[in-house]
Amino acid sequence: MNTIKQVFENNYNNKKGCLIGYITAGDPTPDLTPKITDALIRGGVDILELGLPFSDPIADGPTIQAASLRALNAGTTPMKVLEITKKIKTKHDIPIVIMTYYNPIFHFGLDKFLATAKTHGVNGFIVPDLPIEEAADFKKAANTCDLDTIFLAAPSTSEERLTKIADASSGFLYLVSHFGVTGTKSKIENSTLQLIQHVKPFIAKKVPLAVGFGISQPEHVQQVIKAGADAAIVGSAFINIIQKNTNNITDMLNELEATARALKTAINFEE
Amino acid sequence: MKISSYPKNGKFGKFGGKFVPEILMEAVNELEEAYNQTKKDPSFQKQLNYYLADFVGRPTPLYFAENLTRNLGGAKIYLKREDLAHGGAHKINNTLGQALLAKRMGKTRVIAETGAGQHGVATAIACAALGLDAEVYMGTEDCERQKLNVFRMKLLNAKVHSVDSGSKTLKDSINEAFRDWVTNLKSTYYLIGSTMGPHPYPMIVRDFQSVIGKEVKQQFKEKEKRLPDALVACVGGGSNAMGTFYPFEDDFEVKLYGVEAAGDGIETGRHAATLSEGHEGVFHGMYTYLLQDDNGQISNTTSISAGLDYPGVGPEHAFLKTLKRANYVSATDKEAVDAFLLLCKTEGILPALESSHALAHAIKLAPQMSKNQSIVVTLSGRGDKDVETIADFIGAKI
Repeated sequence: MNTIKQVFENNYNNKKGCLIGYITAGDPTPDLTPKITDALIRGGVDILELGLPFSDPIADGPTIQAASLRALNAGTTPMKVLEITKKIKTKHDIPIVIMTYYNPIFHFGLDKFLATAKTHGVNGFIVPDLPIEEAADFKKAANTCDLDTIFLAAPSTSEERLTKIADASSGFLYLVSHFGVTGTKSKIENSTLQLIQHVKPFIAKKVPLAVGFGISQPEHVQQVIKAGADAAIVGSAFINIIQKNTNNITDMLNELEATARALKTAINFEE
Repeated sequence: MKISSYPKNGKFGKFGGKFVPEILMEAVNELEEAYNQTKKDPSFQKQLNYYLADFVGRPTPLYFAENLTRNLGGAKIYLKREDLAHGGAHKINNTLGQALLAKRMGKTRVIAETGAGQHGVATAIACAALGLDAEVYMGTEDCERQKLNVFRMKLLNAKVHSVDSGSKTLKDSINEAFRDWVTNLKSTYYLIGSTMGPHPYPMIVRDFQSVIGKEVKQQFKEKEKRLPDALVACVGGGSNAMGTFYPFEDDFEVKLYGVEAAGDGIETGRHAATLSEGHEGVFHGMYTYLLQDDNGQISNTTSISAGLDYPGVGPEHAFLKTLKRANYVSATDKEAVDAFLLLCKTEGILPALESSHALAHAIKLAPQMSKNQSIVVTLSGRGDKDVETIADFIGAKI
């Protein structure tokens, strides 16, 4: 089975950047998620990030808030997200990370949920409201299950914390590109590119660097990879396509595939 | 170890902590450092005391409710009159303290969440007085049921953002304030209104509100030459209760009662009784008790009182519950309204609907106690803002 590490190594050996695609599992319905991920994978997404919807996503902007609400209204539960993961995994050898807030995991039972996630094919977890200081139990449980723990770093993160976050992270490190919540932006700020260059030395050789928040267009992914990121994370741009095409699934899937392909092509630029 | 010595490393036993997105970690650490330095600074205390005395009107009276006591025929009931503080509620004790802190930290813009609107009004007042920009997040449902407070905030020069996401109440206004904070971290101070959120907020808010309990202790001693037998306060996030309880935490002979909102009744499932009915979890930056469903999704709550309509609770209350130091009980909408009406009639005081929950429990408690015992009820706010709600509830036309 392909691990996150292997995917990064393969891409690195081929001098390519990685495309990480985020969607909220269960949006608009749990049945549709595997079809959506099929399209994203056909388009060239290297790693899937599945959002496990939470009622109060404080790190997310309006797009992912709305997606979470649609998914919850469609009856998406933590267990259902794991079942969706399993279904995707039977068809595709692609790493899947779950992005969710801590409470649904905690309420399920930390050890039990992580063990169940592992048997359903999950490769790792991103939990935005669990900073390293509060993550001792989580890290221990994840290590036991051989799951990657992907921690976040932000523009406000001190150098001292960056080192600690890099040490605690496996799979990749998720760099939040700017001050704000998730959501598409029209352009990548220079400050984001400077941030990537600043952060890179602290984590180099420890774990790959993925950049997310506000990245939606081919030139964005190219810019962040050129600045030194190993991967670009695109989420809200895909969700906007899902949202506007809920009445036309064929169009939705075609547009998702085409968008993923354009992003992946831009990542594999020639110097 | 004394209960009052908590938090240790940001936690009250296992409760509390800093469960925030990485982007906020430096901000809460910076706040913790600034607060720890500031509270030791005599010039800060002097400045705060000046405002509390000359601007807020402290100390607020501890009033012996003789008519209500006679009516109930049991323990003496004293009312801690936070409703007489400037702005009409205890909220100003905290907003002034934090706004002064924000100023010392060089912040120019203050954001806040509000449920009933009392914390929003108190934030607007403190910011106007100290020359800070105030922006307040308030759920659209709360804006509707507390129109008067929305207008008051605007008059006081605050910008009010109505929040249309989720349940459109307090918890959603907090979500939105967090989102604003991560976006405007450098300029902005998030002025949390209750003993909740990530460390150090539950400690900071408690410390600023503990002026309530300190005054109660002194005033009661002057009147009765001893400690009261019981303290009763309502609990939403829990700031007026924490401020009342904290100076008595290690006085074990004083019974502490926190009263949550039972809404339509606990058995209906439509309530906001977090400590009575909730389960442990992580929400809004803290490990505490939460009302949540089988999948760990946060529940929507129901209460006639917007200020108690919250599915979480301050971590120090969760700690006091686990230690069995405080008792957490609940009062229904109807019991609160009955208590409201009784206080109006017997004492000529209109209590806030939030505070009416505390009164409702005192009304149950007093007849079970002897006449030489005393209960102090924290009247956290005044009820002028609630008269329309009361009229609707009892079917009266204004």
